[in-house]
Amino acid sequence: MLANGVVSAAYIAASILFILALGGLSNQESAKRAVWYGIVGMAVAVVATVLAPGVQNLALIIVAIGAGSFAGQFVAGKVQMTEMPQLVAALHSFVGLAAVFIGLNADIMLSTVSELRDAGTVLADADLTAFGEKLWVKDATEIGILKVEVFLGIFIGAVTFTGSIVAFGKLAGKVDGKPKKLMLPSEEAAIPFISGHYLNAISLGLCVILGLMYFAGAGIWTMVLVTLIAGFIGWHLIMGIGGADMPVVVSMLNSYSGWAAAAIGFTLGNDLLIVTGALVGSSGAILSYIMCKAMNRQFVSVILGGFGGTAGPQMEVEGEQIAIDADGVAAALNDADSVVIIPGYGMAVAQAQQSVSELTRKLRAQGKTVRFAIHPVAGRLPGHMNVLLAEAKVPYDIVLEMDEINDDFPNTDVVIVIGSNDIVNPAAQDDPNSPIAGMPVLECWKAKQVFVSKRGQGTGYSGIENPLFYKENTRMFYGDAKASLDSLLPKID
Amino acid sequence: MKIGVPKEVANGEARVAMTPASAKDLQKLGYDCVMQKGAGKAAGFEDADYVAAGVALISGEAIWKSADVVAKVQPPTEAEAAKLSEGQTLISFFYPGSNEKLMEIARGQKANVIAMDMVPRISRAQKMDALSSMANIAGYRAVIEAGNNFGRFFTGQVTAAGKVPPAKVLIVGAGVAGLAAIGTATSLGAITLAFDVRPEVAEQIESMGAEFVYLDFDEATQDGAATGGYAAPSSPEFREKQLEKFRELAPDVDIVITTALIPNRDAPVLWTKDMVDLMKPGSVIIDLAAERGGNCELTEKDKKIVSDNGVTIVGYTDFPSRMATQSSLLYSTNIRHMMTDLTPEKDGIVNHNMEDDVIRGATITHAGEITFPPPPPKIAAIAAQPAKEKPKELTPEEKRAAEVAAFKATTKSQVTLLAAGGALMVLIGAYAPASFMQHFIVFALACFIGFQVIWNVSHALHTPLMAVTNAISGIVVVGALLQIGSGNWLVVFLSFIGVLIASINIVGGFLVTRRMLAMFQKS
Repeated sequence: MLANGVVSAAYIAASILFILALGGLSNQESAKRAVWYGIVGMAVAVVATVLAPGVQNLALIIVAIGAGSFAGQFVAGKVQMTEMPQLVAALHSFVGLAAVFIGLNADIMLSTVSELRDAGTVLADADLTAFGEKLWVKDATEIGILKVEVFLGIFIGAVTFTGSIVAFGKLAGKVDGKPKKLMLPSEEAAIPFISGHYLNAISLGLCVILGLMYFAGAGIWTMVLVTLIAGFIGWHLIMGIGGADMPVVVSMLNSYSGWAAAAIGFTLGNDLLIVTGALVGSSGAILSYIMCKAMNRQFVSVILGGFGGTAGPQMEVEGEQIAIDADGVAAALNDADSVVIIPGYGMAVAQAQQSVSELTRKLRAQGKTVRFAIHPVAGRLPGHMNVLLAEAKVPYDIVLEMDEINDDFPNTDVVIVIGSNDIVNPAAQDDPNSPIAGMPVLECWKAKQVFVSKRGQGTGYSGIENPLFYKENTRMFYGDAKASLDSLLPKID
Repeated sequence: MKIGVPKEVANGEARVAMTPASAKDLQKLGYDCVMQKGAGKAAGFEDADYVAAGVALISGEAIWKSADVVAKVQPPTEAEAAKLSEGQTLISFFYPGSNEKLMEIARGQKANVIAMDMVPRISRAQKMDALSSMANIAGYRAVIEAGNNFGRFFTGQVTAAGKVPPAKVLIVGAGVAGLAAIGTATSLGAITLAFDVRPEVAEQIESMGAEFVYLDFDEATQDGAATGGYAAPSSPEFREKQLEKFRELAPDVDIVITTALIPNRDAPVLWTKDMVDLMKPGSVIIDLAAERGGNCELTEKDKKIVSDNGVTIVGYTDFPSRMATQSSLLYSTNIRHMMTDLTPEKDGIVNHNMEDDVIRGATITHAGEITFPPPPPKIAAIAAQPAKEKPKELTPEEKRAAEVAAFKATTKSQVTLLAAGGALMVLIGAYAPASFMQHFIVFALACFIGFQVIWNVSHALHTPLMAVTNAISGIVVVGALLQIGSGNWLVVFLSFIGVLIASINIVGGFLVTRRMLAMFQKS
């Protein structure tokens, strides 16, 4: 058994280690060390908690941690890098569910403790856990606050849980990626006030009413109902958001899972949980902000789904899309001195990152400058492209951010766009009526030549025509990204 | 249907409108090809090669009589035009603007005439733009011709026998011919300067390796889009400035190649007699605009002359014909593409679709009517350049003022935020119990630190960041651990699940982060 003071000291150490773990991610080399800070911090926190006074059922704890660790290790070892978005979403759901359970437990224990106290039992005889003892000494105001915290923990936790499951389904392709909102009583004869976002608003209102009833002394059933309704909100909210907005959704859920942990920390009066929850919460919030800025959209409009209204008719696109075959692309690459590759979600879908890496290696072996331009929202997870390229052994110092490379396009001979669309759309700059007007984009059309590897002539996720494809210096390299690149490789010499 | 190619009758014309290669392609479209004996000889294509390609050799008269489509290079003579018959299609250069009489004869014969020089300049029609393909050859040949008449090397050399300076070449007018000339001159090693009245071509000139001669002149720059990509006449002031610049360059340059033409006008005189006088003896001027009077004042059409001070001035107009094999190959391909557009079904039947922009533009007589000049094409040749507003250059004072204003705004927003945050804290503190406030302060500080730390995370590491925050949000395990010892079986059960899934999060999150970070390798 550790003394309470020692446990607090361990918690302080863990908090600092977590902060260092996040701070170390400022560059690739220090990150490798920083992840160990996080691991050590977590170990310290768990061991200190288990050994703290008043923690019982050690056997159960060992079984649960053992089984969980085994499952975690199995998943982490097996997951493909293209499946990272799904994995992250799935892990969020666990935090959400855990938060719901802990919140419900807190309420159950609160009523047990109150009963004991009302029955006149003395604290020493009550045989309570450490948390139970904390509840015992709370006065009426503190219990009121506790109930607010329980409500928040359960609500946020449940939204995170179902939301993450839907995000997981959409990212894994198990749920249709198109935005869908519930229309009641039917799709055709929808009554606006019980459909779409009104449904969310109604549900939120119900939760608040149930919460108020709970504060007024209604039983745990209110909280169980809140869990179910909040679960519905999470499900319905994320169902209404399209696949390409998932970077924002995943970072938002990341943020929520943090706030849920913090709310639980308040409930339990545990500073370590509060600190960690706040760190995670702010991290997710910042990521969401960065993603929204990169799409020039309001956070609220992303969450409410769909693109905003446009001010007028979009510009007509003139010209035609000109196709080219592998020989033509290879000839241009062989002549080029500087090449920039812009990967997008299509590269991940086609699993083409190894071919891209091989192409890069061959071109670099000839002394050409090859660089990658990564838009902040490329892919389905912030930084997803970087991880895929790293996995394919593309050195990270040639993988550049949008702001670092945008000025270099006029001096670039060849740009290859692989499976990205909206992030290279010149309409964002030229056409004030475009739905993506004002979104920062990679200005690849300023290069001497642009090749676009694309499956067919269709528009991107947003359904917006891309004038890039019609430009005079653009050639369309149709076909599956991986097959196209593989046909290109033998021709580079 | 039958495509026929008679022998060119114009004096000195060596090109031919069909090559063995294009004949094979035309047969694939479903046409029978016929030809006058010896029509390809001057261009270097033997009769035997044509026969091998499936072309029947018949007499010239028979071609005019029997062929449904007659393809030629030069405009028909009046005698030839009189041989046209109703429904017959003639494809050749025609210059309808200056050949009205000829056009009238063709109309009288009710023949359909497609003028290869009238193909509109839109991207779809580039493959049949014979003017461009011929201009390309003329540009190349002009440099070769200049080299032929120039007594020195193009490239600079340092040899045992002494140092040779590189030749200086000035190219006036950077259209297709001008750009081809720039490319040829630079690849021979000459120092190449180029001038054009359209400032938007500066980039093309520089991309070919020449130096663009800038004029210091303020005028609303004309937009190439309005004139279909061709130059338009310039103002007298602009011209004066331009001549002044040329006068300054004249003593310096060894070779001048002028290609300046304005559609449907005489060539502007850009290289006056006094400029020729300023040039070094032995210098060469090649005037590609000689057909329309020449850009150089002294140019004589179809002749090579030497000025009093020993400057050679070449005014040939048949540069493409001087490279007949090459020009025939390109021209016959242009014709073949035109036929492809005229035969959308590939069934050997001409479908003269007057709704098609390209065919409509090139057709000058159709079904007994003159259809020249054509209406403007539906698609603009070159997209108009949107007028770009330049960001205003700020004076140092304005910059300073803007900086101060920005600083003040930041200070103001920060102070407002701090004040509002402080007020909120005080408000909560006034009502909430002390135990809550302790935790609340921790929470606020943690958020603050979180925001400070996360902003520094590199964009490339956002995925590992999410994975690691996933792992550490598994800290909720602590909450479940604190509850698992309860006496209530439901609480124990729920906490057990909580510990289990939080452990998955912790272990899975950390391990996958490590896996990812290990992949990031420096080159």
